Amino acid sequence: MLQMKQVSKRFTLHHQHGTELNVLQNVTLTLSAGECLVLDGPSGMGKSTLLKLAYANYSATSGLIEVSQANNQLLELTRATPRELIQMRRETMGYVSQFLRVIPRVSALDVVAEPLIEEVTDQLHAIDDAREKARTWLTRLRIPERLWGLPPATFSGGEQQRINIARNLIKPRPILLLDEPTASLDAANTKTVIDIIQEAVSRGAAVMGIFHDTQVGQAVATRHIDVAQFRFAAKDAA
Amino acid sequence: MSQSDQSLPLLRVQSLVKSYGDRVAIHEASFDLWPGEVMAVVGESGSGKSSLLNVIAARTQPDAGQVEYLNHNGQLENIYTMTQAQQRLLSRTEWGFVHQNAADGLRMDVSAGANVCERLMGLGERHYGRLRQTAEHWLHRVEIDISRMDDTPRTFSGGMRQRLQIARNLVTQPRLVFMDEPTSGLDVSVQARVLDLLRQLTRKMQLAVVIVTHDLAVARLLADRMMVMQHGRIVESGLTDQVLDDPQHPYTQLLVSSVLQP
Repeated sequence: MLQMKQVSKRFTLHHQHGTELNVLQNVTLTLSAGECLVLDGPSGMGKSTLLKLAYANYSATSGLIEVSQANNQLLELTRATPRELIQMRRETMGYVSQFLRVIPRVSALDVVAEPLIEEVTDQLHAIDDAREKARTWLTRLRIPERLWGLPPATFSGGEQQRINIARNLIKPRPILLLDEPTASLDAANTKTVIDIIQEAVSRGAAVMGIFHDTQVGQAVATRHIDVAQFRFAAKDAA
Repeated sequence: MSQSDQSLPLLRVQSLVKSYGDRVAIHEASFDLWPGEVMAVVGESGSGKSSLLNVIAARTQPDAGQVEYLNHNGQLENIYTMTQAQQRLLSRTEWGFVHQNAADGLRMDVSAGANVCERLMGLGERHYGRLRQTAEHWLHRVEIDISRMDDTPRTFSGGMRQRLQIARNLVTQPRLVFMDEPTSGLDVSVQARVLDLLRQLTRKMQLAVVIVTHDLAVARLLADRMMVMQHGRIVESGLTDQVLDDPQHPYTQLLVSSVLQP
């Protein structure tokens, strides 16, 4: 589903005397349908950077990133146009970050339903269906019903994180990237999120994630990879 | 690899140049805009972003280069070789233009209802009941109380005026809307409402939008993609989150690091 071939990432800080930060080098990996690849390694190793490259949130300095899209076409992210990337994210790839980027005035229910509403724009019954699905997700993730009509800006960190998970999983996309999705959750909700990830994998999604909690990582992983091997310094020393 | 695309963009801008005397306002600007795409143009004052908007919206003739628009025959048509009548029709039906200062885009001495309906009347609609109904519908959509329909925008607050200007532009269901700093004259509390409205309407109506803004948070909220301008040049462009989270050009890095959490 996703292939990274000799990908490197270097940040050039033009206003810090052109300082260059070599974060990742020679990242080569394949992510297949129906597996959950967990990225291991201490913080600062570039795990989040690797996910962001796969989502085209960061642009790779060199190498190729190929995605098999929902429409069966292959897209190479480093050369894709914004339009192709938007389409790829909409149909093919979900990405759950630790933090919800809140939208002023939009209710929690509609924040969650939005990926489904985007497709149908003005068909009222389809919008109702999307909201119904959103209610199911909010219930499952234990968001109290009294909060559904409110914008999530004032919610707690854990509540916002669950809204973010629901928003990104309500539409079952073939590829799912997870950056510490359980970081601020209690035990019960962490268990629910583990179940949700396992369900995604068993329906055939290709999942790649970072989990600070090794028990969560162990529970969901079908395969591990140590990101330290892609460190520039490690390469130099070798 | 099938990364090619046979369909045509809604707007194709090629090698635009515009100078005012010795000062180069736009230097070789090129881009395509696709149906339903929202693109932000950012940069500080004097970077050429408003000049670019005026040239692509057929408001200022460029010195060189082309602006083509996808007409109803499915062909790209140079907007500067059209007759003025054709240009005017386009700007009153398929295009919209939202000004920073609402007073520039409204008729301040006629009622809110008449402001909303002016485009339709220009197209020949004379049926009073239908016009009134359309005005009600649009005032409702932009959250203006219908009891204010017969008041002039002079009696409106800044935020209401801006929402009225938006309604006035969208009443003909345009395909392409140009916006020049649509929220920067408003108080922060009022901005959120206008931004949310713009976000909802652009998505529901599948509008293509070119929005000029100096506010990176506005770009983040509304735009799919963005272009960064400095001294009349497009120095960087791409997906909005990519440009903001991983800026490549020194000027973009400076812009992004100069604000609090865009």
